[in-house]
Amino acid sequence: MADAVQARPPRIEASAWLQPLPAATRLSFCGDEAAQNAAAIALGLPSSRTPCRAVSTGARASLWLGPDERLLLAPAAEQATLLTILGSALAGHAHSLVDISQRQLAFELCGPNAALLLNAQCPLDLSLAAFPLHMCTRSVYAKSEIVLWRTAADRFHVEVWRSFSDYVLTLLRTVAREFPPTHGH
Amino acid sequence: MTVWRAQRGGRVDRSRSIEFSFDGRRYRGLAGDTLASALLANGVHLLGRSFKYHRPRGLLSAGSEEPNALVTVARDAARSTPNLRATQVELYDGLRAHSQNRWPSLACDFGSVSNWLAPLLPAGFYYKTFMWPRFAWHRWYEPRIRAAAGLGRAPIGADPDGYAQRYAHCDVLVVGAGAAGLAAAAAAARSGARVILCDEQAELGGSLLHEPAARIEGLDSASWLKSALARLAAQANVTVLPRTTAFGYFPHNMLGLCERLSDHLAAPAAGLPRERLWQVRAREVVLASGAIERPLVFPGNDRPGVMLASAARAYLNRYGVRVGASIVVLAGCDSAYAAALDLQAGGAAVRAIAEVRAEPGAAALAAARSAGIRVIEGATVLGTAGRLRVRNVTLGTGAPDGTITLGETLACDAVLMSGGFTPSIHLHSQSRGKLLWRAEERTFIPGAPAERERSAGAARGVEGLAAVFEDGTSAGLAAAAACGFKGEATPPPVTAKEFSSRGAPGALPQPGRAAPAKAFVDWQNDVTSRDIELAMREGFSSIEHIKRYTTTGMATDQGKTSGMNALGIVADRSERALPDVGLTTFRMPYTPVSFGVLAGYDRGAQFDPVRRTPVHEWARQHGAVFEDVGLWKRARYFPRGAEDMHAAVARECRGVRSACGLFDASTLGKIEVVGPGATDFMNRMYVNSWTSLAPGRARYGVLLRDDGFIYDDGVVARLADDRYHVTTTTGGAARVLQLMEDYRQSEWPDLKVWLTSTTEQWAVIAVQGPRAREVIAPLVSGVDLSAGALAHMSVARGSICGAPLLLFRVSFSGELGFEINVPADYGTAVWEAVYAAGQAHGITPYGTEAMHVLRAEKGFIIVGQDTDGTVTPDDVGLAWAIGKSKPDFLGKRSLARPAMRAPGRKQLVGLLSIDRTTLLDEGAQVVATAGQAAPMQIIGHVTSAYASPTLGHPIALAMVADGRSRIGQTLFVPLPGDEIAVQVASPVFYDREGARLNG
Repeated sequence: MADAVQARPPRIEASAWLQPLPAATRLSFCGDEAAQNAAAIALGLPSSRTPCRAVSTGARASLWLGPDERLLLAPAAEQATLLTILGSALAGHAHSLVDISQRQLAFELCGPNAALLLNAQCPLDLSLAAFPLHMCTRSVYAKSEIVLWRTAADRFHVEVWRSFSDYVLTLLRTVAREFPPTHGH
Repeated sequence: MTVWRAQRGGRVDRSRSIEFSFDGRRYRGLAGDTLASALLANGVHLLGRSFKYHRPRGLLSAGSEEPNALVTVARDAARSTPNLRATQVELYDGLRAHSQNRWPSLACDFGSVSNWLAPLLPAGFYYKTFMWPRFAWHRWYEPRIRAAAGLGRAPIGADPDGYAQRYAHCDVLVVGAGAAGLAAAAAAARSGARVILCDEQAELGGSLLHEPAARIEGLDSASWLKSALARLAAQANVTVLPRTTAFGYFPHNMLGLCERLSDHLAAPAAGLPRERLWQVRAREVVLASGAIERPLVFPGNDRPGVMLASAARAYLNRYGVRVGASIVVLAGCDSAYAAALDLQAGGAAVRAIAEVRAEPGAAALAAARSAGIRVIEGATVLGTAGRLRVRNVTLGTGAPDGTITLGETLACDAVLMSGGFTPSIHLHSQSRGKLLWRAEERTFIPGAPAERERSAGAARGVEGLAAVFEDGTSAGLAAAAACGFKGEATPPPVTAKEFSSRGAPGALPQPGRAAPAKAFVDWQNDVTSRDIELAMREGFSSIEHIKRYTTTGMATDQGKTSGMNALGIVADRSERALPDVGLTTFRMPYTPVSFGVLAGYDRGAQFDPVRRTPVHEWARQHGAVFEDVGLWKRARYFPRGAEDMHAAVARECRGVRSACGLFDASTLGKIEVVGPGATDFMNRMYVNSWTSLAPGRARYGVLLRDDGFIYDDGVVARLADDRYHVTTTTGGAARVLQLMEDYRQSEWPDLKVWLTSTTEQWAVIAVQGPRAREVIAPLVSGVDLSAGALAHMSVARGSICGAPLLLFRVSFSGELGFEINVPADYGTAVWEAVYAAGQAHGITPYGTEAMHVLRAEKGFIIVGQDTDGTVTPDDVGLAWAIGKSKPDFLGKRSLARPAMRAPGRKQLVGLLSIDRTTLLDEGAQVVATAGQAAPMQIIGHVTSAYASPTLGHPIALAMVADGRSRIGQTLFVPLPGDEIAVQVASPVFYDREGARLNG
């Protein structure tokens, strides 16, 4: 039997405005309202019927990405637990549960320029009035798809497919140079 | 301080002297100067040569409408920007500017010979002249026209500057920060709306910057402006953008703004972008873009020293520069009198005001007379003199019967003219807003909007500072109210001495039609009134045709100063009302915009995302040569030592066939199709039948479009009753998912099925070759790898080196093959483990090129290479894949059309050159008989061609009409000067019975 190998997630360099996020369990979960409710109860999350809003309890979160689609996020170590819990809670419900933990990676943009960093290439209105706390959505950053989730007034959780992450991060670093370092952080 | 700089007044900083150069000569200006005002302060009026006739030209205006004074500003070889308007170039220490369109020098320009040839260069000259002889166009005319055409030179080096972009949203976008714009922004901001206020100038204030006499809220205009701007800046809901031109109005209130960030700085900080593109989505827009003064059209009106009256006021009142010492004012508008009064007060001698209208305003006349300025009524202008600067102006006198007699000649060094003001309706018009003709004011103003926008102030013909403030305030309130913000605001009280800005577009009357001197309408494109008259004599009557024939209004200034005069001339000469002549279309950009700012961040390595697989770094370290496949970088081959591609690929192919190869297939598209409706969905999407596929088994799937032609293919595994793992081609992943989602959501909402892209979840490591099983067996647990347990086209879950494993037994090489799917984070480590384990078995990493050769030897098609969007499954021998008993699938009905079954369709075959040594060219045509003369009768084409190391001779795949019935025949591939005889063969060249697959 060969030696076990270690996972090697892509490394992201942190900076004042960029915090890499640890490996996570990510499940793409689709189903009707009954399935959504069953899953929420099983995960200990409030139900999430409001479009483009995330609900979370502790380190577990459910991001509304479509009427029948949620992105479930949890710590990496919970993957097996989550699959077991959801497996039994969703028995009898038509649904789709697909592990996409390593399809994408995540980082946080933080600080007073977080929204401006995004708005360089993301066309959404990121003012607090239009994009309030806990809002989440699929969007684009230049030519890459992203999922955006506002976790604080000056903090965004960004999910990006792994092969697009170099492109997005390089672009963000280019944009960040437009802001003088004294300007916050 | 020069004699041209007034001792006091203006907004320049007399304590900060700035050195700059123009055409290599050094000058000094002041902080706050533009290049234009600084040159005028040095007595320099000659700034350029005109486009067509190379006539000496000076400054016509003081703003962005400037058609003449186009200069090149160069920091270094790569940072050289041609065609900048000197009126907009802010002065900085060490600025180097050059004139354009002259050789050897500005004062002595060889090209001005065309001025004397002018009678030979009438409107439509190109159309008339370069028609014959036919061959001469490419060889002679075009190269020479190209050399002579254009102004300035584009820099040759790569642009070293960075360009930024930003999306922004606001309730109210106010374009223009003159009196109307400031009032609108203040009113909207007070209502609580999010406001963006932009202005093309470095200083906000518009005409307030040169109206020092006006008093606003009891303050002089400069003090009021300062406090008004401070109030705006202090508000959190206001973004103020100076040096920012709103250049384009796009659908749904998206406006393009170009902000100039570093061009005005002597030493821009490293990394500071040069410009920023703002894409602003505004709920409401206020266009406070002001009005542009029209020149008068008379012979010699383009001589340096002849300029717009308002420009002379701006140079004096804003920059403290007298444009001349001895001045003649040509008044086609009352506001010209203000220039005469200001210049006289500023110390210049005003020789006379020549009044070209029948009924000048009484207040203006009285003001001039009480200031002791001579007014010559009933005048027209017959000409000017002076080589590089105006020296005198000759007036004419009109008699009541319409005849014109020669009048006096007045010596002067500057001529100020005003033909009235044209509201800047460009952005309104860009947004498809309608225009209204105001007969009394003889001007177009914005009419019904098409977008949520409104114009305010001079941009819609409002006259007088008090009225403009009032109009701006109500526009700001209305825009805010339209966004749901209720507020109140009152315009500031104003006292100002003002004259009307109305005038009449057209040309001044001349004695007879044969006046020899040129009266310019369009300064930038050198179009004269006679050019327009000629076009009309030659039968053009629509302004759109006249514009194109004469090129009037077609220069980079888009006719800002010329458009209305051209219309006026056409209306006069054709005796039509001006609005009946029509109006040409305004298009973006309002002023020229750099390519750099439009490209933004999309340049160099960041032009497109570069997608790399988890194995990429390993491949790079092992010498892989990569190729682009879609956005992906894929290892093409792994040369060893001095190997070229041919040798490396041959070695890699032999390695796979003889022992074992290792291939990174991570880029293959993967879609998980899950739900109780998954099998129904797959049955409807793909041609194959999926009902009978047992979980744990896989099948080669073919996807058609609704037209029946092959769209994509790939192995599909059934992981569970309600779960399929679909693979697609690398390039097709996104469009297949899109097509599936389209059908799922739009056509079959009844199916309970969902699609998830898992392309990047998995790293896919293909191990192919007779020893593949031996290589992976020690690493894999939980899967019985024996042929009986895991047959060809099977799938199983287990683990490999401790990592979760989804193992496919599939082959795209024709050998025993496995595809190891592990979560992407494990990709590199598992690849390394397999490579290490394979060492004992002679494992060979191979790239896409060897993969292509191996599959071609087996006759496996590549969608997009062997197919071209007109190929049915049967055409490429895949009819067997179609589920015959299925009621329907995407493309089924189209496959039943007679044309899809008619004889003569191209079919996939193999081709072997008769000599067994000639490698065919991909894309080469195939004919049935030798020695045909063009046009030959083409019966097919080569789709794939490789040297086959396994077979020892070249092979090719081709699509040939009725190809399968031609197997064994000899056909021909014609090449220039050659013809290759080929034998038609089965497309499967190797292991036809598939024994090796099932090892």
